Amino acid sequence: MSNAVTPSAAASRPSVKPPLWLLAELTYACPLQCPYCSNPMEIAAIKQELDTSHWFRVMQQARRMGATQLGFSGGEPLIRRDLEQLIAEARRLGYYTNLITSGVGMDEQRIKAFKEAGLDHIQVSFQASSEELNNFIAGTDAFEHKMHMARLVKQYGYPMVLCFVLHRKNEHQIREILDLAVALEADYVELATTQYYGWAFHNREQLLPTREQLVNAEKVAKEYQDKMKGRMKIYYVIPDYYEIRPKRCMDGWGSVFLTIAPDGTALPCHAARQLPGLSFPNVRDHDIDWIWSESPAFNRFRGLDWMKEPCRSCPEKEKDLGGCRCQAYMLTGDAANADPVCDKSPHHHVVTERIEHVNRLAGTREFEAKPLVFRNMKNSRKIAGSSVLSNARETAESE
Amino acid sequence: MSAASNDLAVPELAPTFRFQWEEVQGCFVILYPEGMVKLSPSAGEIMKRCDGQKSVSQIIADLKTQFPQTELETDVRRFLEEANEHGWIRPKMRISSP
Ligand code: SF4
Ligand code: SF4
Repeated sequence: MSNAVTPSAAASRPSVKPPLWLLAELTYACPLQCPYCSNPMEIAAIKQELDTSHWFRVMQQARRMGATQLGFSGGEPLIRRDLEQLIAEARRLGYYTNLITSGVGMDEQRIKAFKEAGLDHIQVSFQASSEELNNFIAGTDAFEHKMHMARLVKQYGYPMVLCFVLHRKNEHQIREILDLAVALEADYVELATTQYYGWAFHNREQLLPTREQLVNAEKVAKEYQDKMKGRMKIYYVIPDYYEIRPKRCMDGWGSVFLTIAPDGTALPCHAARQLPGLSFPNVRDHDIDWIWSESPAFNRFRGLDWMKEPCRSCPEKEKDLGGCRCQAYMLTGDAANADPVCDKSPHHHVVTERIEHVNRLAGTREFEAKPLVFRNMKNSRKIAGSSVLSNARETAESE
Repeated sequence: MSAASNDLAVPELAPTFRFQWEEVQGCFVILYPEGMVKLSPSAGEIMKRCDGQKSVSQIIADLKTQFPQTELETDVRRFLEEANEHGWIRPKMRISSP
């Protein structure tokens, strides 16, 4: 009876492993306007949300394949009036259900109704540790309400997960952020580093932290990890722009995560929509089994065979799977290239130059004065128009 | 031996974790916010018995009847310690009369 806990290894690997995670982006509507939002900039042009019965079907099919974790996100999932129904169905199917929310649009009645429907976990995101900065970044007055909601989440017996997205404008608050989490008695704290997709990519010059901020953040995170051991679990990840090896993105393309966008587009990752030359299937036209196992888009970067040099002959390819396809595309123009975070990539300088640029200028008046572009429908229409390739154009122009 | 595996302790699943059988994986799993641990068959058998009814000694006795050939006592205790450390199980609160 040794080895009680087996790692999730695919010892007997059939050709395609089933998805474990279903991420249901219920809507792109959101009362907040976070400039680090990783939603696509085209949100205003993406209409026609799936209805309740569509979602039921998606959840049933993914569950049958073996998905166990279900995340309701968005946008702000609370905007969906059928959320209680969706939760109840998810619970009936045996999912572990996660609600990923800003807390805006929540009240005690709904928290209670979600519990009765069988919701397992609520993750509340904060923009900062102080009211002023939080409200500035969120583009709305939400701080007090979030605090109240976080307390209620705990009171109703949910595991409390707080999420703080870190970037240059709030990274210096790391200690206060962790103190806030301690005060709220969080069970888990995610110090999420901004992922530079969508709006965050557009704003990355203003969001990329400095080296000095990171050194400090890492130190403080470590200190609290030790101090809170056994009481609060703190996750902290270094932003990959500062690394020399890429992250194992989504644990592999079409390997664990299945994202369904509000309009029914199925994606291996919520940022993948921007990749050119791929047509992502829609759940209105195909069942999940076909989408996951057979569709060309989900097979495009599965496994290792799609790789080019330097990844193809690299001894580390099994470890990081060549990194993030979206980052490769956004920063090198070709999604099949190595993620340029890797210092073996001939494009690595694109990342280091960006970092050096930010470290040189951060703190100077002119550089910091450049306004953040807030995520809202007006800006979406203005900047992205209706093209889903706007990021590509932007990269081409600015790089 | 610590409290979690002491004979009289009555372990139950902690309310913030879910324990269930997964047909596709062919194993018992523990689910928690954004994560899952697959259990080996033996770990699954032990967890199944952490129902807030049986004491540790009863769990061991029960397992011995079902798996008479195996020498399992130390392993069961070790697993219970481990499960307790992960926070999956907790000693059931005694509802004591005032
Ligand atoms: S990151 Fe902010 S703006 Fe984007 S969906 Fe979440 S709460 Fe809304
Ligand atoms: S060359 Fe490719 S596979 Fe090798 S470490 Fe870099 S990104 Fe990973």
